[in-house]
Amino acid sequence: MSHKRRSSISAKRRPCGPAFAALGDETRLLLVAKLCGGQSHSISQLTEGSKLTRQAITKHLRVLETAGIVRSVRTGRENRFEFDPKAIEGIKEYLDFVSEQWDQALSRLKSFVEN
Amino acid sequence: MNDRIEKRIELKAPVSRVWRALTDYREFGEWFRVKLEGPFVPGQVSLGHITYPGYEHLKWEAVVQKMEPERLFSFTWHPYAIDPKIDYSNETPTLVEFRLEKTMSGTLLLLTESGFDKIPTDRRAEAFRMNDGGWTEQMKNIEKHVAQTS
Repeated sequence: MSHKRRSSISAKRRPCGPAFAALGDETRLLLVAKLCGGQSHSISQLTEGSKLTRQAITKHLRVLETAGIVRSVRTGRENRFEFDPKAIEGIKEYLDFVSEQWDQALSRLKSFVEN
Repeated sequence: MNDRIEKRIELKAPVSRVWRALTDYREFGEWFRVKLEGPFVPGQVSLGHITYPGYEHLKWEAVVQKMEPERLFSFTWHPYAIDPKIDYSNETPTLVEFRLEKTMSGTLLLLTESGFDKIPTDRRAEAFRMNDGGWTEQMKNIEKHVAQTS
């Protein structure tokens, strides 16, 4: 692996753990599914159709916010939430990075066993 | 599947040779670039450190899962946990599996790394269907590597 890739990855690496953990929950996935259309939603809108209370939904939104997957925006007196694509891009970049490391490792393995 | 990494590579060497390169801790260390403290034993932690120049301070830690001779070698780890300041132990480890199959010209190696998330596939929102352009690109790279080295 090259020095360049190595040194640039720690910045990318950091957000992924929390992002993966935050997405490992059905309620939060449904919230993100609602939000990923691009429009911001109020907590009431996000609670609609759910069996959970407003407080529970708010708690899940805060987890997503901490992981950088959604962000809250204040519109007047209302707190609204919108999707922030950066964390998802971070996951994809991270998977691409790991994938590339495997390509390099397997290529070294190939030389190793064939020579 | 976009939450796992899958690779397949044809190796012009017998399965027994590839098996040794994968499971002998010294041989594994040669091509993976890690200095391991001892042999791989299923169920046990494997410790060592990276030997890539400039990164010798980085630790290697994995838990060996399965060693089915000349068929399957697997371990769990925190993939490329390269930032010494981060505690990776709270993250769910991923599972790395090497599967070997005998072919006419040698060995087919199938590598999978899975467990990057726990999102049930059928529930994933469109936003999570990560563009698989990255994988396609990597497969081309492998083909290039293979063409060059064979």
